[in-house]
Amino acid sequence: MSNWQALLLSDTPASRRQATLGQFYRGWLQFKRNRLAVLGLVIVLGLIVVAAFAPWIATHDPYAQDLTRRLLPPGSQGHWFGTDEFGRDTFSRLVYGARITLMIVVLVAAIAAPIGLLVGTAAGYLGGWVDAVLMRVTDVFLAFPSLILALAFVAALGPGIENAIIAIALTSWPPYARIARAETITIRNSDYIAVARMQGARTARILWAYIMPLCVASLVVRVTLDMAGIILTAAGLGFLGLGAQPPMAEWGAMISAGRRYVLDQWWVATIPGIAIIVVSLAFNLLGDGLRDVLDPRKS
Amino acid sequence: MTGGASAMATARRGGEFLLQVALTLLGLLAVTFFIGRVVPIDPVLAVVGDQAPRDVYEAVMRELGLDQPLYWQFWIYVQKMAVGDFGTSLVTNSPVLDDIARVFPATLELATIATIIGVVLGVPMGIAGAVWQDRWPDQLVRVVGLVGYSVPIFWLGIMGLLVFYGMLGWVAGPGRLGVFFEDIVPAITGVILIDAALAGEWEVFWNAVSHVVLPAAVLGYFSIAYIARMTRSFMLDQLSQEYVITARAKGVSEARIIWVHALRNISVQLITVIALSYARLLEGAVLTETVFAWPGLGRYLTTALLAADMNAVLGGTLVVGAVFVGLNLLSDALYKLMDPRAR
Repeated sequence: MSNWQALLLSDTPASRRQATLGQFYRGWLQFKRNRLAVLGLVIVLGLIVVAAFAPWIATHDPYAQDLTRRLLPPGSQGHWFGTDEFGRDTFSRLVYGARITLMIVVLVAAIAAPIGLLVGTAAGYLGGWVDAVLMRVTDVFLAFPSLILALAFVAALGPGIENAIIAIALTSWPPYARIARAETITIRNSDYIAVARMQGARTARILWAYIMPLCVASLVVRVTLDMAGIILTAAGLGFLGLGAQPPMAEWGAMISAGRRYVLDQWWVATIPGIAIIVVSLAFNLLGDGLRDVLDPRKS
Repeated sequence: MTGGASAMATARRGGEFLLQVALTLLGLLAVTFFIGRVVPIDPVLAVVGDQAPRDVYEAVMRELGLDQPLYWQFWIYVQKMAVGDFGTSLVTNSPVLDDIARVFPATLELATIATIIGVVLGVPMGIAGAVWQDRWPDQLVRVVGLVGYSVPIFWLGIMGLLVFYGMLGWVAGPGRLGVFFEDIVPAITGVILIDAALAGEWEVFWNAVSHVVLPAAVLGYFSIAYIARMTRSFMLDQLSQEYVITARAKGVSEARIIWVHALRNISVQLITVIALSYARLLEGAVLTETVFAWPGLGRYLTTALLAADMNAVLGGTLVVGAVFVGLNLLSDALYKLMDPRAR
């Protein structure tokens, strides 16, 4: 065991930072043992790299049409995954599509998780009629299948990627509110909260500084596990023509465009689907691994 | 406790339950009302056109109740919905409720067959996964579940069409019936399989079967993934109970322990899961019906969406929400009915 490992795994950390880092390191050691979870992490990191360096990775301009080279099979004339109905390079469109996929999951998580956290902790901590009202609203949102509700929101807001993101976020916060509320109820009567209250901390401060940090772990797990669902819903909206609009290189919309040619040129619709599967599988594997580390009770 | 007191407690619980149902339904209405208000289209302009003089515009506005305060508009909306007045669809030009009644049997047919597939294959798979924990049947259940949570259902449908219709020719293509078989059997239930069987038109029946097999199998896969996973975890729970150890100790065969003792104990939980999976299939049906040109509620919704036909969209959304709530309540009620501990 090297010096820094001993430092990280020390049972008597000398500083707060050492303790935090040590905790992370222990978590990583546990996570590392789950090979599938590591594979998921690698794929997700790969997605981020591809999205970040898309212009350098793509071999062609993803929007450049060339009608003389339409519907080419994979591997022909330098097109690794072939071309679509406008002669655009499928590989390059997949690479740029990674940006859209990543943007969707990040934005949905960034909108939905804080809403759920706020609603759940407020309901759990304040109790009484606030709890009753907030949880009733949560139940109503849970009463719709999420894709159907997202469809209705998109219908009202108009098709487009921004509206699809808002619609998916509006339908995915209720489970987070439930989780945050459950966590809050178990800790709201703890001594340290009572101490904070006696010291005169306002409700907002108690929620922000004393309760929310403890809800984050289970929320991170749930959000990661939901990422695959978010990707599938976004792809479904794109497939129906309600999400990303042409010529955007969104994977679901690419499947929708390739669908017309599937019996003769199978690759046009097949390849973007495989990209979706790989990425959602990766998020599922990563989520399972994170759950084992962060939330061992529920595994 | 005396009989009177317990009857009163039951009545109170029943009252609370009804209140909860009413509140949830009211919430569904509030959400659809809110969505309808968000629409950036002026509903008055949609009726009168942008050339209309000011007094006509205002008359129509009054007629539509849009000059009333918002809470009053909501109240009118609730009253209309309560008697099933969902308005008229812009696409079909007929009342939305009639449209939904016409397309719903097709969705019901698809979801029911998919659920049957899910139960028939999913339950034994889940049991096998629990019995041979961490061996290959268990890994299979795990893989099926993982794939079920990672594959876009519409893509699976397209691939199914490519392989089983395009390449192998085992099943019929999109649609519910071949062109030559349409309008032969009278619509009695709206479910073609039943109608054809009732009329004794077996050719129509088999044509309908070859059309329904693929979409139902695609939808059923997701049902299998969910039901198998849940069955496995329920079964694992039971197999570690003491009564199983007792039964083993007194020499009851392993097959009898699993299929008689344990299965009976998980049957209540299983029914809940099956009801929930049925509700989830409604969601998958939207995409599946689009892929297979299946004339059900899902395709009605998406057609309405693309035409910005808000009456149809909100009516359809409301019906799906109500069915969803209804199935959840049904599974709750069945649970209480069948499990004496929950009474």
